[in-house]
Amino acid sequence: MPTDVETRRTDTAPAPEPGGSGPISKVVWVAIALGGALCWTMLALSRGEEVSALWILFAAIASYAIAYRFYARFITRKVLEVDDTRATPAERLQNGVDFDVTDRRVLFGHHFAAIAGAGPLVGPVLAAQMGYLPGTIWIIVGVILAGAVQDMIVLFFSMRRNGRSLGQMIREEIGIVGGIAALIAVFAIMIIILAVLALVVVNALAASPWGVFSISLTIPIAIFMGIYVRFIRPGRVLEVTVIGVTLLLLAIVAGGYVDDWGIAETFTLSPETLTICLAVYGFVAAVLPVWLLLTPRDYLSTFMKIGVIVLLAVGLVIANPSLANEDVTSFAVEGTGPVFSGKLFPFVFITIACGALSGFHALISSGTTPKMIAKESQVRMIGYGGMLMESFVAISALIAASIIDPGLYFAINSPLGVTGGDPASAAEFVNSLGFTLSPDTLQAAAQAVEEETLVSKTGGAPTLALGISQILASAFGGGMAAFWYHFAIMFEALFILTAVDAGTRVGRFMLQDTIGNVWPRFGDVSWRPAAWLSTAVVVGAWGYMLYVGVTDPLGGINQLFPLFGISNQLLAAIALTLCVTLLFKHGKAKWAWVPGIALVWALVTTLTASWQKVFSDNPKIGYFAQRNAYQDALDAGEVLPPATDAGQMQQIVTNSTVNGVLQATFATLTIIVVLNAILIWVRAWRQGGLPTTEVPYEESSIVAPSDFIATRHERAAVREYEQQQAGAGRNGGGHGGKHAAGVS
Amino acid sequence: MSNALTSTLGTTLGSAWGSAWGGVLWYLKEATGESKWDEYVDRCEAEGVTPVSRRVFERHRAEHRERDPRSRCC
Repeated sequence: MPTDVETRRTDTAPAPEPGGSGPISKVVWVAIALGGALCWTMLALSRGEEVSALWILFAAIASYAIAYRFYARFITRKVLEVDDTRATPAERLQNGVDFDVTDRRVLFGHHFAAIAGAGPLVGPVLAAQMGYLPGTIWIIVGVILAGAVQDMIVLFFSMRRNGRSLGQMIREEIGIVGGIAALIAVFAIMIIILAVLALVVVNALAASPWGVFSISLTIPIAIFMGIYVRFIRPGRVLEVTVIGVTLLLLAIVAGGYVDDWGIAETFTLSPETLTICLAVYGFVAAVLPVWLLLTPRDYLSTFMKIGVIVLLAVGLVIANPSLANEDVTSFAVEGTGPVFSGKLFPFVFITIACGALSGFHALISSGTTPKMIAKESQVRMIGYGGMLMESFVAISALIAASIIDPGLYFAINSPLGVTGGDPASAAEFVNSLGFTLSPDTLQAAAQAVEEETLVSKTGGAPTLALGISQILASAFGGGMAAFWYHFAIMFEALFILTAVDAGTRVGRFMLQDTIGNVWPRFGDVSWRPAAWLSTAVVVGAWGYMLYVGVTDPLGGINQLFPLFGISNQLLAAIALTLCVTLLFKHGKAKWAWVPGIALVWALVTTLTASWQKVFSDNPKIGYFAQRNAYQDALDAGEVLPPATDAGQMQQIVTNSTVNGVLQATFATLTIIVVLNAILIWVRAWRQGGLPTTEVPYEESSIVAPSDFIATRHERAAVREYEQQQAGAGRNGGGHGGKHAAGVS
Repeated sequence: MSNALTSTLGTTLGSAWGSAWGGVLWYLKEATGESKWDEYVDRCEAEGVTPVSRRVFERHRAEHRERDPRSRCC
């Protein structure tokens, strides 16, 4: 009934609402702008006095609001020209499985849960070594101009291509060379990310019986949930999640009694043992049917994630802590910090990846999410909005790390090689940095959270947990610092493990798919030998890197984290290159600067960082300089600290070589993609555009609001649409049908 | 939860989305995919088809998840 649709369209698809140009709205936006400016001013001007952490929090929120309202809207309307009369793949190809019109707020939840993990929590904690200001500025400015822009544009272009993955789009839109380089880069970067995330867990759990006990219990809890929801009460996910979360909280409480029960010894594991446990776990989790372990864990992890973020935000506002960290430390200028080496530029920008700009998100924004969007204009709230939310998590983490006494911060985050591992030597080292810390204070801090020691608990998780426990204990009282500490450790470990097992599976599928191109049998995902072999390869790869990190005499985190940050940002550069390419090909060269500024910045920081990590002659920064220094000493029969014997010397030589080669490879792959793309830019620019793989226009027949809160017009349109649907009788007047994506 | 109850819940939701608890419950059921079953049953009813048992339905969804690995980011 084409006429019918026509009529409805003219009735219910009004021109974009004036949306916010009314006098009240103007007053509100001016107030937000002034409030934000006040917060930024307070941060900029406060020197050497008590600064409330809330200034950071509110500066962030006000900046996000303005960016979302103005910049993101500008991008969707002018640059992308989103068109709500155009049917999305979810509508056109709806199959109720992967293509599925989903309520925008539900999809926002899904997307956020998929992009946010431990990354935005760990990076800012490490970057706090340079003070709170560099991190704050990069997280906020970075997300507004780079991270959220990348997520939204990739989401949009993938949506216009039926949810093609990043790799496919690069191959089809840039070229085969760029495509292959991107494929290798994505796979390798994923391995590094998994290894570094796993390293964070190992460092947090090593010699922590409480933590190991609680985390081990998550496995039987998840399996119980899996069996419950499959056999006992099929499909009752909410019910089983309530049970699971309750058991999880009990597991944390119970962890406090491991000493009393005399099982502390059993659960005190060395980093090496934990590495083996993790690798075995990763393999088993990836080959077991997903309903048994992966899916239920994912429910637990997601609920904990959202819960903790809300709890932390509320706790921060109630506790209103003061910042103990300096605004900018001397390490930012001199580059001699013990947590990671190198100066503010470029290292802050690669240490804080997730939360400001994260290439990994491009893998999520292409593929899963775009197949579920109801309306094109929703890319703003899901892509841009989702990333702003992650940025908010990063800001909270930065605050949590910055309210901790700096002396304590450095005792926890400096590698074992320099702290010596016991409170006295650690305090001595911290004092030598120019901070004051007594061994007693250090020990008291560990006792307060019922840990043996906090010295050299690197990796960010313990620091964050300590900060969170201080905030929550101060906000909600009750002397529960130890509970909150382990609660925080638990949830970080939980979502890292979820990322590790999900990532291992994704890696396995990628590997099978790639090899399947040459040997089709191998590509059959249900063929056990191929599945097991690919899983073993993936686990072996990240397991090896994890082992390298765990046993590195120089400290794994400060060696591997830069590699992780740089690879993540290089992936972002690849994704942004695709965005720029597509704007050129669509004849929108004048808007190429929108992802272009983010691309240039990502390339400048990551290539500078890569250059320094490869070519710097400072052994603390350059992997090869480090290799040479230790090799020379080894040849001369000397032992350089922190190595204690020739074996460790050899280990450092091997590790630095591996890291250096990987670093150089990633940078080269990125450069290949960019060069390949530049050829296309030039050609597209000359011809005023090039054909792309965009799916042709088809008219949409569904109605759904675009933003978090539906406007009055949108609500009316949705109501009318639902009535029509019911009138059409096909849905029998039940729920208003699957397509009523706007319950408003 | 019986289907009648769920659909009462749905109607309540439709008419009074001011009810915060109802909203939260609706959101959680949508987000966890629990509502897929209710939608399926409604669809079967509308089309006059007998639905399969919930166990079979959920098995089918689980099988799909098995073949569709999704990344969890850092």
